Parts: sequence; structure tokens; C-alpha cells
Amino acid sequence: MQTHAIEFDSIKRHSSAEADGPVEASLHVEGLNLFYDQSAQALYDINLEIPKRRVTAFIGPSGCGKSSLLRCFNRMNDLVDGCLVKGKLRLEGDDIYAPNVDVAGLRRRIGMVFQKPNPFPKSIYENVAYGLRIQGINKKRVLDEVVEKSLRASALWDEVKDRLNDSALGLSGGQQQRLVIARTVAVEPEVLLLDEPASALDPISTLKIEELIYELKSRYTIVIVTHNMQQAARVSDMTAFMYMGKLIEYDSTDRLFTNPKQKQTEDYITGRYG
Amino acid sequence: MLHQDSYKQHISGQFNAELEAVKNHLLEMGGKVEQQIARAVESLLKRDSGEATQVIAGDQEVNDMEVRIDEECSRILARRQPAASDLRLVIAIAKVTTDLERIGDEATKIARQAVKLSEEGKSPSSFLEARHIGSHVAAMLRKALDAFARLDVDMAVEVVIQDAEVDSEYGTAMRSLVTFMMEDPRTISPVLNEMWALRSLERIGDHASNIAEQVIYLVKGMDVRHIEPAQLQAQMQSSGE
Repeated sequence: MQTHAIEFDSIKRHSSAEADGPVEASLHVEGLNLFYDQSAQALYDINLEIPKRRVTAFIGPSGCGKSSLLRCFNRMNDLVDGCLVKGKLRLEGDDIYAPNVDVAGLRRRIGMVFQKPNPFPKSIYENVAYGLRIQGINKKRVLDEVVEKSLRASALWDEVKDRLNDSALGLSGGQQQRLVIARTVAVEPEVLLLDEPASALDPISTLKIEELIYELKSRYTIVIVTHNMQQAARVSDMTAFMYMGKLIEYDSTDRLFTNPKQKQTEDYITGRYG
Repeated sequence: MLHQDSYKQHISGQFNAELEAVKNHLLEMGGKVEQQIARAVESLLKRDSGEATQVIAGDQEVNDMEVRIDEECSRILARRQPAASDLRLVIAIAKVTTDLERIGDEATKIARQAVKLSEEGKSPSSFLEARHIGSHVAAMLRKALDAFARLDVDMAVEVVIQDAEVDSEYGTAMRSLVTFMMEDPRTISPVLNEMWALRSLERIGDHASNIAEQVIYLVKGMDVRHIEPAQLQAQMQSSGE
């Protein structure tokens, strides 16, 4: 069994995140195998630890399993018929796949943002307040406070503060994506899963999202799946390269992009024939 | 492991061509600089001011090559965002051009000393040390450039080790030249000229060694600057296992 439990010290030595204090693991993955049905295995023996309050990027060609892996963390794969997860996934030591886990509660701890912004057809305010309302919180004072805090955290407040009651669908794509992030952070998750969060956005909106990721990592563990290698290089502290359902290499981003150990990684990130 | 064909395997053929071109331009510049050293040393040994003047004029070409290669490197960085070994190649080339350009400057300085010596006439020295150290550093540069072209780490390590030999040869040469000056103060001026030329040769050895260190960085991804040759050998052995 090949393990990828790397020393997080390497992040400190190699990344710009140096002064952020000690690094501990937030998510643990051990011997993970994922099957979409009996014959289709999507992930093979994945072992890795995701550091707390850092950005970890999954890169790899289409169909390599990076999104499948991401979706294992908040049990999005439960929604796929015939999907089978073997192995251990833990969040802060809690078994994510334990039979007694409240999946809605888990998804509150592990929020997710998708490629296409998916605001609800409601006002900007109600979008952000949504998570709290379904938890039964309706006090206006509390909601006002959380909405403002979340919109500030997602760097959207100044752009929308005068039109909180307008429809969220009137926002631009980049704004909608930041709104969705605000909605996700409103319920104070521990982990943010971002599945291609900027791939439908223009370059400026993309940079804003990347800047936001940088801001958010002081409070959340962030895992991002991206097709854009430069984006992974720009925003992440750790990078995992996946290929054909396997984790090929997992290392600090600085090292992976300057001196990868595996030839497959090198070929992929430099754009060579594999 | 990085090998010579690595730069021909990109999905983008245009990128292959750009990397290949900048690499070739660097080796061309290396060839030109080697020629400058050979001619400068020749002009020194023969006190040939005609040859020396040509060397001095030839430095302009070396400078132009440096500027052009640097432009190519920045263009590749801006347009291709190279990663991993490609990134190391571009960084290494940009650094090697700096060393080559400095070697060109040192060759010019040697040629200037040759001009002065040809004007001043008699020197008691046989220029044995200059001949010896000159051929030693020329061989080092050749080897460093070969190591670059072939991505040969062992060869690069040899260059770094040879630089220590050159340093000690330079020390010996200085001591023996000082004796001439002590014996006869009239020799001070021509002997000082020779000393300056030797100093330039010694610096060429240092630059060749820097180039070799860039080859190690390029192939292994390890920064081996500022470490002792013995330690370098040990590191190379442990990383090769």
C-alpha cells in the first residue's frame, strides 16, 4: 500500500503560508476505493491527509477521479445509484461513513461549491440566510448579522449591500459564485469543497475567486478541484495529482510544480504526451 | 529522469520549438564565449595586440546574445507558464547566460592586459601559469556546456570539483609572480598585468562552476550553490540511489 501521508512540515518549508502556525490534518483518507457499479471502479486505494486551514488542490485529466474523490468527503456520491465506497474517510477523527452519521449535519460541516453558480431564485439576502432558516433561525437581527458577515467574507458585500432584496439571478456569474460561497460559509462549515469554482468565469472574476480562496483559508480547510493547473499553482498549498483513479503524487504545491517526483506528474503539468 | 528528448515531447509543437531554439542559442553563445577565451589567452601568451583588439570588439556580439536569450526566456515565461523541468530549463538558461556574459567580460579584460603587455615590452615571466590555468578553465567551460547539452550531472560535478583545483593553482601562481616583483621592482608593472589576467582566468573557472551548478539544478531540481565540493559529491551519491 502506497501512503501519501506526507509531512506537513514540507508545506511550511516550501510555501508562502509560512507564518500561519502549525499544520494539522483535517481530513484523513485511508484505503479509499470507490465503485460506481460492480464493474466500474472510479478510485483505487487512495491514501492522503488534507491539512487544516490550508488549500489543497486536486488536479488531473478529465475522468481521473478528482471530482469523485471530492464528492466522497461530503457523501455526495450517496446520491448516485449503485455507488459503493470502501475505506475510511475521517473529518477531525469522525468517521464520515459511519452508519449513524447525519448526512445533512455532515454537509453543514463540509460545504460544497460547484462549477456553475447555483443561486436559488430568491433575493440575495434570502440566499445567504437560507442555511440558517432551515436550521430554524429566523431572528432578523441574527440573520442580518450573518448575511453581512458572510457577504463580507466572500468579498461581495460592497457590491450588493444596497440591493440585498434584489433577485440573486440578476448578479453576474462571478458575483453569483461569490454569493454561493457566502451561502456556504453562512452556516460556518469546517471544510469548503470547491469543484471547478472558477471554470465558468471570466479572468477577472476568476482572480477575485482566487483572492477570496486565499482570504478564506485562514478560517476554513479548502479543497479545490481544478482543470486549470496555473490556478492550482496559484492558490494551493498542497497539490494532489490524480490519474486513472489513482493518486499519483501528493506534495507541497511549490515542490510539485518545480520538481515533481513522478514522471506522470511531470508529463501532465508540463503538457507532454503521457 | 530528465533526458535529452524530453524537450521534444510537448503536445504543443510550437512550445517544443521555442525551448529547443533557446537551448540552441545558449549553446551558440557558449561556443562564441569559448572562442573569445581561446583567442584572449592566445593574445596574452603572444602579446599580440591585434588579436587582443579583435577579442575586445567581439564582446559586443556576446552581449547581444545575452540580451536576445533573456528576451526569449521572458517570452516563454509570459506565454507558456512553464512548469517543472521546463521551468527549471528556462531559469537555468537565464542564469547561465549571465555567467557566459561575465566570462565574455573576463576574456575582454585578459585581452586588455595583452594589449598593455605588448606595449610595455619585457616581462620576466614565462607565462607558464597563464597557459596552464587558461587551458584548464577553457576545458572546464567546455565540459560545463557539454554537461548542459547532455544533461549530464556527473560531468557537472567534475567541473565544480575542478574549480577548487583552479583556485589552488591560482594561489600558487600568485605567489610565484610576487617573487619576481620582490626581486626586481621594474617588473612590477608587467607582472601586475599578468596577475590581472590570471585573476580573470580564475573568475572564468568560477563562472564555469556556476554553469555546472545550474546543470545539476536543471536535471535534479536541487540547488547546490554555496556548498562545498565534498558535500556536493556526497549529496549527488545519496540522491542517485
